Amino acid sequence: MKLRSRKLLDRSLTGVSVMAIVLMALALLVLLGPIFSRGAAAFFFRATSEFRRINLEQFNRGDSRRIAAESQAVAEARQPLYGMLDDFAAELEDMDPARRRELRPQFKEVRDLLRELLGPLPGEMDAVMLRQQYGQTRWERAQVTLQRILFSEQWDYSDPSRMGSKVLVPRRQAFVGTQLEPLFPHLQQNLKSMLRPRFTFYWRFLSDRSLDSHFFGGIWPEILGTFYLTLGAMLLAIPFGVIAAIYLSEFAAAGRLVSLLRVCISTLAGVPSIVFGLFGLAFFINTLHLSHSKSVLAGSATLALLILPTIIRAAEEALKSVPHAYKEAALSLGASPLRMVLTVLLPAALPGILTGIIISMGRAAGETAPIIFTAAVSVGRPLKLWETLNQPTPALPWNIYNLATEHQAVDQIRHVQFGMVLTLVLLVLLLNLAAIVIRARVSRKMRG
Amino acid sequence: MIQPTLANIRAAAEPATADYGGRQAHVACDRFSFFYGDNQAVRNVTLDFPSFQVTAIIGPSGCGKSTLLRSINRMNDLIPGGRTGGRLVFDGQDVYGPRLDVVTLRRRIGMVFQKPNPFPKSIFNNVAYGRRLHDGPDKGRLQEIVEASLQRAGLWDEVKDRLDDNALSLSGGQQQRLCIARALAVDPEVLLMDEPTSALDPRATARIEDLIAELRGRYTIIIVTHNMQQAARVSDLTAFLYEGDLIEYGATAQMFTQPRQKRTEDYMTGRFG
Repeated sequence: MKLRSRKLLDRSLTGVSVMAIVLMALALLVLLGPIFSRGAAAFFFRATSEFRRINLEQFNRGDSRRIAAESQAVAEARQPLYGMLDDFAAELEDMDPARRRELRPQFKEVRDLLRELLGPLPGEMDAVMLRQQYGQTRWERAQVTLQRILFSEQWDYSDPSRMGSKVLVPRRQAFVGTQLEPLFPHLQQNLKSMLRPRFTFYWRFLSDRSLDSHFFGGIWPEILGTFYLTLGAMLLAIPFGVIAAIYLSEFAAAGRLVSLLRVCISTLAGVPSIVFGLFGLAFFINTLHLSHSKSVLAGSATLALLILPTIIRAAEEALKSVPHAYKEAALSLGASPLRMVLTVLLPAALPGILTGIIISMGRAAGETAPIIFTAAVSVGRPLKLWETLNQPTPALPWNIYNLATEHQAVDQIRHVQFGMVLTLVLLVLLLNLAAIVIRARVSRKMRG
Repeated sequence: MIQPTLANIRAAAEPATADYGGRQAHVACDRFSFFYGDNQAVRNVTLDFPSFQVTAIIGPSGCGKSTLLRSINRMNDLIPGGRTGGRLVFDGQDVYGPRLDVVTLRRRIGMVFQKPNPFPKSIFNNVAYGRRLHDGPDKGRLQEIVEASLQRAGLWDEVKDRLDDNALSLSGGQQQRLCIARALAVDPEVLLMDEPTSALDPRATARIEDLIAELRGRYTIIIVTHNMQQAARVSDLTAFLYEGDLIEYGATAQMFTQPRQKRTEDYMTGRFG
């Protein structure tokens, strides 16, 4: 009986563990699925002729003659459409005032949407904003706009017992009998020849600067900013962290002060990151005046504080797990304690220390809250190395948040946001992979 | 308790084979004590380890023999709450005196531990480690010293083709001989051995014992051992410690045949310990 119940307990424990693992794997899949599929759309999509025009005009990229020829062909394909607009404008002038008053705003809406779809209409002045100088660069966005041209959204409140429901009304209905009526089927049928979508692998998404706050272009400033911030944080945190760990594990006498210090470090590791962010603003910028305002330096220092406890604890554990025999051997050969630490202890503890470092590197790369007040801006250019001392920078984690919440046209640039998420996830994944490889190599070298 | 004088020990011991070469450095305890907190592990031991001879320290577990050995090169410094009484003299210097340089002391007094503890580095770097500490990186001479040390430790022929291999890939016995080579490379005058064969199989043990016999006469060797036969085989002199007290000290041959003390005889015949 006793044996049976013990076996039962064992088995149920195994069952629960397996279930937990399966759940974790599922959650990971559910999370990573959309990140990868939607993130990939930032790189791989059907690009329109507008996309190729931007590349030529803004980045001086592509075969200019072929693109000119394509623009020519596209303009020709659009000509009948613009003709219809002109014809209807003339027709509108001759209508009776009541009908004119009814149709004019609707006509204006159609024109606005067409401008969004295809770029400035013929005879219009050049717009100031880049986003208004070009039509849709991505075919799937073009189709969304097309739908908005074909159907207008209206809300039906006729049934008072229910909430209003959205109804799609074909715009064509309003224009029945006018010269604009054939525009809608014409646009639907010929949109492809007006925009010429082609599958494109836009790998320069990673290396391009963003144009008109992420409407077009890539995320290089964000990647570079994240790199600077992370690198700076590591440069500041690693020396302090490892030295503190050496002190705690080797030189500190066991006493109240040292155990208090350990408690403080553990507490620090649990402080919410937003608090670090505010502290960074108050201390590094307002008190120390590291920089006039936000800067990469202040952000790096804040991130360094955030990861310091992790590095100290990982390094201390790694140092403590080095066999006592190594220390004794070194000391018995006449090594001073410092020499012993440098020549025997640190090399033997290196795999563990590296693991801690790279885990916190992933954390530093992904943290948003500490850099909100200290380093991050939503739009910026790629910084030169010396500019990091006093310039703020865009950074991946902050811009993901920013694009999702504060951008003027959140819906239109979702692909950029997902591209950033994918890049950040891959970056952190790459770092962790590097950690595993480095640790495996170092410990293999140790084991012989 | 008998307090053996240096003179009668010298007389009893076999004369050392090698010439002293001016290196008369020797270790002597004068009413030396070691305390762990309130616990006195070594009690007023007065004992003289003659130069260039092998002295074995035997005794049951917890009798303070390892503590005494580790006091000689101050490896007990690391123990919190540890303190000493009396005097321990090496080459005329008080080992626990305020002006002693521990680094130099440990360079002159090498140590081999119970478990082989090579560093997780290459064989070459293991042997070169101590030398590099004291000389700096002088590559050419280092090569010679490493080879000579390995040869002296009887390991050269086995490892000469794989000096860059990790030391942990060696067998236990080889590792222990490597540790001896590592200790010899800094050219010490005294070699302390703390049960150097307790983690080894009989063949590796025999190899180490042969090595000790070869090193005898060139170094002052002090060996702590649990193994009575080993003490009988390798040592010139034997000290028997019991509960921190030195019970008997004398020439090994005499002690194993005609012990003067009842407790020594009881321990040697296995009646306790």
